[in-house]
Amino acid sequence: METTREQTFAKPGYNIHTIETEKFKTNTIIIKMRAPLQKETVTMRALLPHVLQSGTENAPSAAAFRTELDELYGALFFSDSTKKGNEHVLTFTMEAANEKYLHGENGLFDRALTLLADVLFRPHLKEGVFPDKVVQQEKRSLEQRIRSIYDDKTRYASLKLVEEMYGDDPYALPAGGLLGKVGSIDTASLYTYYQKALAEDIIDIFVIGDVKAEEVAAKIESHLPFQNRTATPVQTEPGTGPQEVREIHEKQDINQGKLNIGCRTTITYGDPQFVAMQVANGIFGAFSHSKLFMNVREKESLAYYAASRLDSHKGFVAMLAGIDQKNYEKTVRIMKEQLEEMKNGHISDLEINQTKALLKNQLQESADTARGLVEVLYHNLASGTKRPINQWLEEIDAVTKERAAAAAQTITIDTVYFLSGKEEE
Amino acid sequence: MEKTVFDQMNETVYHEQLDNGLNVYILPKKGFNKTYVTFTTNYGSIDNDFIPNGETEFVHVPDGIAHFLEHKMFEKADGDVFQKFSSQGASANAFTSFTRTAYLFSATSNIKENTETLIDFVQDPYFTEQTVEKEKGIIGQEIRMYDDNPDWRVYFGLIENLYKDHPVKIDIAGTVESIAEITKDHLYTCYNTFYHPVNMSLFIVGPVDAGEMMAFVKENQSKKSFPEPVPVERRFPEEAEKAGLEHKEIRMSVNTPKCEVGFKMPASDRTGKDKLREELAASLLLEMLFGRTAGFYEKAYESGLIDDTFGFDYTAERGFSFALVGGDSNDPSTLAERIQTQLLEAKEGGHLTEEAFGRARKKKIGATLRAFNSPEYIANQFTRYQFNELNLFDTVPVLEEMTLQDVTAFAKEMIKAERFSSCFVLPKETA
Repeated sequence: METTREQTFAKPGYNIHTIETEKFKTNTIIIKMRAPLQKETVTMRALLPHVLQSGTENAPSAAAFRTELDELYGALFFSDSTKKGNEHVLTFTMEAANEKYLHGENGLFDRALTLLADVLFRPHLKEGVFPDKVVQQEKRSLEQRIRSIYDDKTRYASLKLVEEMYGDDPYALPAGGLLGKVGSIDTASLYTYYQKALAEDIIDIFVIGDVKAEEVAAKIESHLPFQNRTATPVQTEPGTGPQEVREIHEKQDINQGKLNIGCRTTITYGDPQFVAMQVANGIFGAFSHSKLFMNVREKESLAYYAASRLDSHKGFVAMLAGIDQKNYEKTVRIMKEQLEEMKNGHISDLEINQTKALLKNQLQESADTARGLVEVLYHNLASGTKRPINQWLEEIDAVTKERAAAAAQTITIDTVYFLSGKEEE
Repeated sequence: MEKTVFDQMNETVYHEQLDNGLNVYILPKKGFNKTYVTFTTNYGSIDNDFIPNGETEFVHVPDGIAHFLEHKMFEKADGDVFQKFSSQGASANAFTSFTRTAYLFSATSNIKENTETLIDFVQDPYFTEQTVEKEKGIIGQEIRMYDDNPDWRVYFGLIENLYKDHPVKIDIAGTVESIAEITKDHLYTCYNTFYHPVNMSLFIVGPVDAGEMMAFVKENQSKKSFPEPVPVERRFPEEAEKAGLEHKEIRMSVNTPKCEVGFKMPASDRTGKDKLREELAASLLLEMLFGRTAGFYEKAYESGLIDDTFGFDYTAERGFSFALVGGDSNDPSTLAERIQTQLLEAKEGGHLTEEAFGRARKKKIGATLRAFNSPEYIANQFTRYQFNELNLFDTVPVLEEMTLQDVTAFAKEMIKAERFSSCFVLPKETA
């Protein structure tokens, strides 16, 4: 495995992480800002990045800003809004060509960094706040974005399950914002929130590429003047479920039913048993050799997709399948049986070996993209854990069937959600 | 083994055509952990009318068969090939497009074993009536999943509109009804016709030694015998220049209407760099007219006509090409009209300024460089280019040579109102 040189520089108020590597033809800067996931702020946080990229002091419109990116050989800039447990993470990514592959160009990295700093620290303002026109426009776009989740039934079903299952737990909140909260946001409140986020969020900055660590850290420090802060990360608790499994059925005019079964586990990323849990989820449903795929799809032809997903920062496990409505009971029964198989330790050598091989492969492959490298680092940062890739690989190897079964025993079914269509003729 | 060095990109490709006709390409990628290998046949959903190998008459096969065959390749007498890849630490997959079927894996270990597994399973078909029947349930669910996906429906709905006769209008997976007709004999007929090594390409990209891998593949192939290759005879209906249908609306369970506008172009008779120039002119044109820095985007976004789902796409494959523009919109009729107006104005040279051209070209050069970070992109696109007799590595040099004139000439030649069509997905409630 290639050893990339990783370094961390602690600065007042934030950390800079550099990864020196020559394998990419671009250089990437990623800024991650996290804060507690809260009903009052989730929608403003979802809106903020869109307003920021609608214009800077130097390029006071979205088109002008995009023109600057295009001039930098189509530098890629985008933002997203995600959850890590009960924290809300905003990510800003800037990726620009390494000029050594271009004829007669230089200074692309510095220009890209300046542009990124413009977005965060020098937005286009009118009378000291974001222009009302921009805020109204981006509010409308955000509303449309939230409304269109309904149109993608697979995604809708996933979000609906989490919302139903977690109720008042902040984890129930969608990282993309709440439709009902968009209307009440105004220019002044958004600008106040922007200043607060900039001053109080936990900030990590990553630079990946053909760069010199010390030099680039100094550049970051001079371009991105984050103030000193004392931020405390949120402790995410998996939470407890209901006494009895809840069943929620919803009907829409669609062809395929979406079955999503939500479960809880007490094992989260920071737990010593996390890697055993990851292996258990792999045997259970993460791959095409896993129990859910083999039994729901290959043996019974009930579904095209049949899988399980683990959100390790929360301790949330979902089982998913797209099925005909008439097969609902049969599929639920098979899925529950397979979970029991896991808990009883009915795991073959082949299953555990295949799973370990693929988990290790995934982890090593993640080091082949800048974003993959950052995600691995951020798992650790966001959970206050130290599990570098090499150690993680060793831990995967060490998991036994017994430990995987013990991890599976912590999984309890919480809510069965089924979005179904018309009756079969 | 021939070696080609692409200085500007700092990449080297090794190539050899083996005695049985198979083209093997190897691109060593230093510093990467993963090796990505694709084994691709020049055969896709449009190839449904052909003379089977060893016969003299044309046959017509059921819709969706290339994709069905792709699914069935993975099942063998002794079980599922996915299992074998998993045991060897590889993540395997496959996909079928209009003109290609690709089998692939990515892995960070056991590269030779996995490459052997990939080649051997694709070169050893095993179809039985029983396994064919079982797959119908699984693919039936895949089709139903796409049936509920409004983005897919509006995309394919527009292609169906554009083409009156050409099989590009047939959904790649077919329909529940069409796949019901598929038998194991159909699968063998298609396999024997299109999976001869001469019709296929193997592409290896990753931290490998090119000489060693080439010798390994050669050794594997030398142990197998294949019938004498016969050129594949395919037949396609004559496609009218005019769009088959001007407009269609599909009602679905959605909140936001979706609008796509497109136009088809006659099959190009250009080859090599001229063809690449044409493809690049098309994508620069769309960027200049509909990209985020275009006046069109800014105006439509500010007035609430579009949101950030708005985009465009250009497809050029063996025998057909088309361009699509659109996204979510609360007023799809106005959006469709504006897109068509914008295109017709460009035909007369409107919006096509030197400034916009320079920017679009820079953006495209940067995007191409960025794409070379991705082994997946390199393998899949290189193969697509090779089947179309183009070279992926010519992209940046050709872009650097191009001028605004290439784009204006393309717009003038290709944009015609009669070639336009539009397709909307609308919420059911307002029906």
